[in-house]
Amino acid sequence: MNPSGHAPAIARRSVHGHRGRIALVWLGAGSTGLLILLPLVAVFAHALRDGLSAYVGHLATPESVHAIGLTLLAAGVAVPVSTAFGLTAAWTVGKFDFPGRRLLTSLIELPLSLSPIIFGVAYLFVFGMQGLLGPWLDAHGVSLAFNVTAIVVVTTMVTSPYVFREVLPLVLSQGAQEEQAAVMLGAGGWQTFLRVTLPNIRWALLYGVTLCFARSLGEFGAVSVVSGAVRGETNTITLHIELLANDRVATGAFAIATILTSIAIVTLLVKTWVERRESTEM
Amino acid sequence: MASLRVLPGFGLSLGGTLLFASFAILLPLGALVLKAAGLSWPEFWGYVSDPRALATYRVTLLAAGAATAINLLLGLLAAWILVRYEFPGRRLLDAAIDLPFALPTAVAGIALAALTVPTGAVGALFAPLGWKIAYAFPGIVLAMTFTSLPFVVRTVQPVLADLEPHLEEAALTLGAGPFTTFRRVILPELFPALLAGGALSFVRSLGEFGAVVFIAGNLPFRTEIASLLVYIRMDEFNYPAAAALATVILGFALVFLVVMNALQARLYRRFHG
Repeated sequence: MNPSGHAPAIARRSVHGHRGRIALVWLGAGSTGLLILLPLVAVFAHALRDGLSAYVGHLATPESVHAIGLTLLAAGVAVPVSTAFGLTAAWTVGKFDFPGRRLLTSLIELPLSLSPIIFGVAYLFVFGMQGLLGPWLDAHGVSLAFNVTAIVVVTTMVTSPYVFREVLPLVLSQGAQEEQAAVMLGAGGWQTFLRVTLPNIRWALLYGVTLCFARSLGEFGAVSVVSGAVRGETNTITLHIELLANDRVATGAFAIATILTSIAIVTLLVKTWVERRESTEM
Repeated sequence: MASLRVLPGFGLSLGGTLLFASFAILLPLGALVLKAAGLSWPEFWGYVSDPRALATYRVTLLAAGAATAINLLLGLLAAWILVRYEFPGRRLLDAAIDLPFALPTAVAGIALAALTVPTGAVGALFAPLGWKIAYAFPGIVLAMTFTSLPFVVRTVQPVLADLEPHLEEAALTLGAGPFTTFRRVILPELFPALLAGGALSFVRSLGEFGAVVFIAGNLPFRTEIASLLVYIRMDEFNYPAAAALATVILGFALVFLVVMNALQARLYRRFHG
């Protein structure tokens, strides 16, 4: 099962009894495997170094509980908004041809390749007191910088491309014949989307949503710029990890990190499962 | 794909997409550039060319370049064994390749730092040789390598899987050794994918923040990356400097993306007529 979903042109060869191939596999699998697995093991090993009760203790501090709550709030806004946006944008770019289509795609995917710090700073130049709209908003009693709202909005901005990016290749590869047929037969646009498009992309959508959730829980750079970083007040999980790491409460930092690591592992399981579904359905 | 205006909802979905993209991406980035544009030229130049800023560009570009070079080798090797060979644990490795996309970068940063400090599991192996990884330049390279690892693998893998076997067979039949066949037949076919994967890996490494700051040590002039300096200027309420530096980073990333896109379009035309 290769990523393009069909049989490879060349059959996979067994490495059995072939020294060159065995060496290549050891070298490749060993280096990539270690690079990926060692950090995972390190997170859990450091988190559990002082025992299970200390581990649970770190997770149950009021600061940790608060950080988890705030992060879930941010993800709770970011994921639905990114999903709605991702589907709308993928429908626009994937089903219609119009001038500037590729430019729009690049623009939507820009947060994936820019430092999140740039987005955090740019956000403050709009909504901070030094920004375009900040003073006007402040005069009307609205503050959108250095508070929870800023964290939620900036997380949404930075994670907005994930659903789009996962769904678009599928929307593009499936063309629009099925949708056109549905419309000719009298279905409305909304009905066509729900009955024809959505079932075709549902597995990619599931992975996109999971990935977006994992990334929004783990957003760090942009959030650290726009948050006041007041402990217990505007700390997300990653900001809390930073605080604990700087305070040399390393086990505490790793204890909280196990939550994010576990979610990352679940994300990979979803991806594996989704790819299997897609290849059996094709 | 032809124009498919038969489908309804174009105006509405395009409007919604543009509205959100304008609010979430164009408005803030525009405000940033506007802020920098408000500076006089000597002021702007002063902020972006002071020695500390120049040192951050050097560190960021060198580390991203090194990480990309490592990822090109590692990614090609990983894609090769995943596509060509059957071995125990292949599917597990294939699934695990995407971990750096799913794992929050701050977590990657603290984990890599814990491993590579002189007392860490990996750092202890290098400490006797006098090699410092965490809180030094190699730590930055390691963090960038980790976070951008999947790009080369995932761009090369499908191309390698779809490669027509007859060219290779012809080369082998005509007496070329496996190395010559790889270098003269397979590598040229993979070149566009390697270029695309390498470009993604490089631009992602330039933009990496979370993983890097936890392992870099963040010493000015030595292990400070460009986006961290923006963060520090912001923290010091030096908004003009932050705006100027952020604009340079944004401009560089945009120019790089445009050039790479053009290069890929050109390669694509050459390969596919």
